[in-house]
Amino acid sequence: MEQRDDLDEIRRAVRALCEEFPGEYWRAKDRERAYPGEFVDALTRAGFLAALIPEEFGGSGLMLDAAAVIMEEIQAAGCNGASAHAQMYIMNTLLRYGSAEQKARYLPGIASGELRLQAFGVSEPTSGTDTLSLKTRAVRDGDHYVVNGQKIWTSRAEHSDLLLLLARTTPREEVEKRTEGLSIFLVDMREAIGNGLTIKPIRTLMNHSTTEVFFDDLRIPASALVGEEGKGFRYILSGMNAERILIAAECVGDAKWFIEKATGYASDRQVFGRPIGQNQGIQFPIARCYARMRAAELMVHHAAQVYDAGGNPGAEANMAKLLASEASWEAADMCVQTFGGFGFAEEYDVERKFREARLYTVAPISTNLILSYLAEHVLGLPRSY
Amino acid sequence: MKILVPVKRVIDYNVKPRVKADGTGVDLANVKMSMNPFDEIAVEEALRLREKGAATEVIAVSVGPAKATETLRTALAMGADRAILVQTDDEVEPLAVAKILKAIADAEAPGLVILGKQAIDDDSNQTGQMLAALMGRPQGTFANEVTVEGDSVTVKREIDGGLETVKLSLPAIVTTDLRLNEPRYASLPNIMKAKSKPLDTKSPADYGVDTAPRLKTVKVNEPPVRQAGIKVADVDELVGKLKALGIA
Repeated sequence: MEQRDDLDEIRRAVRALCEEFPGEYWRAKDRERAYPGEFVDALTRAGFLAALIPEEFGGSGLMLDAAAVIMEEIQAAGCNGASAHAQMYIMNTLLRYGSAEQKARYLPGIASGELRLQAFGVSEPTSGTDTLSLKTRAVRDGDHYVVNGQKIWTSRAEHSDLLLLLARTTPREEVEKRTEGLSIFLVDMREAIGNGLTIKPIRTLMNHSTTEVFFDDLRIPASALVGEEGKGFRYILSGMNAERILIAAECVGDAKWFIEKATGYASDRQVFGRPIGQNQGIQFPIARCYARMRAAELMVHHAAQVYDAGGNPGAEANMAKLLASEASWEAADMCVQTFGGFGFAEEYDVERKFREARLYTVAPISTNLILSYLAEHVLGLPRSY
Repeated sequence: MKILVPVKRVIDYNVKPRVKADGTGVDLANVKMSMNPFDEIAVEEALRLREKGAATEVIAVSVGPAKATETLRTALAMGADRAILVQTDDEVEPLAVAKILKAIADAEAPGLVILGKQAIDDDSNQTGQMLAALMGRPQGTFANEVTVEGDSVTVKREIDGGLETVKLSLPAIVTTDLRLNEPRYASLPNIMKAKSKPLDTKSPADYGVDTAPRLKTVKVNEPPVRQAGIKVADVDELVGKLKALGIA
């Protein structure tokens, strides 16, 4: 019960902050494909992005369920948390596997927002979900590693000081186990840009600040290695569950926004002398979206609880992401349909949120890969790939 | 110096209120409730005075149902030091609130009581003035700027056509206007700290106050729906219409 009250207080505080960033703010950013720096600064100053960092490093040391509530409220208020959510969870890998020295050096700055760690270089043009086939190499050279290769879909790289990089340190044919040979590095991009690191923005369907990152003989100190060399793939897997649960919570927030918008519009909009929401043809899709959103919400909470209890939430995190991303996309489509022509007009924010919501059945993992996971690891069906 | 800040739980300012079908009041079922915006300004001003060293403790008080605890938690999360809930499910009119606040002020001896000029639900704009009268202390209402110096407080007041500056000797009552400050939002670390701050629960009877209403609400109506306007071709037609309506 006490925990519940906490979460309500967090919800109210996030809402109050988000009210300072209304639709006009996001429309202007969207039009210019500009980074919502003021919004991210406000979230940082209020400490929300440091929710998961332990108190000893300057964060609030909260559980994932509280962090999920923060992300959900941001989306439900009509804002776009994708501009900032990674600052919350990328540090998890550093927290779990970094040395005491690395944690002391970086975490307090990440907690205060002075250091932005919100870029994660994993995907490559020739290896998306097939992470083990990535080609970016880091070769040890004395006190340094020399990095060569390319990453793609590295979001917010232009707005981050540090980059968590997954690169191959042992050639694939030389490793004993196929999951070995990849390593995690914490790259200080402030020193690297222009010295072997190049970032190129990619314009996309929505305002998402994603980029390509090129490494050309980039020298990074050996101390940038996180944990043991060759164990990087295992390290990132545990971080992915937190990411999926938080993004699922964002989808629940988006679904709530679409449902609230559609309900409001359907109640007010008069056609043939009565509100369109009086027609079951309008009501039922909204009601169905509501039921699906609630089901997804329950799975997100359940996944967060499993995570917080220290269990392996692999199945729950994946199902939460699957159900929530589908619930938000269905609600997005329903909302456009309810608004009719006005759903396409920028000033109602529906078309912008519609474009933003489309991302999450694709990223950070596509629906098909989640289904494969469930089929193979939960139901015991034969591996399909 | 202590500062006492009364806060009220009201219907959120973004919510479009709906009148109950029987016309007895506004429907509050499943409606978002928040801290009265003028009270947020009062909390902010008290916190700023504490941060400047003019005050040592900020005490938030609310008179209302158990749910008003949420409002007090928000005040604590903004930075108030402790809170008192005077719990009652009855509707409490400004005079009874003022009497309860006087009893609390007698016990706590604050140097300043900073209130919102009015609550956005009933727009009474009475509690601060009544409290000043009951306590026999000076009041600076509709504050636009508050400066504490020694044993006095200077208040710039928003009045028709400008600003009036008054100097009051402490202890005093101040009510806030919209432009006094921009309230901060609660930060996550402060929300977590607020959990361990003291929140006492009392009842009106503890202060010997009878909250029985003196007023009776006869009827609550929705405002009339705005009628569509008409287009006029030129100024002459406009003046003609205004004359016909008896306006000009």
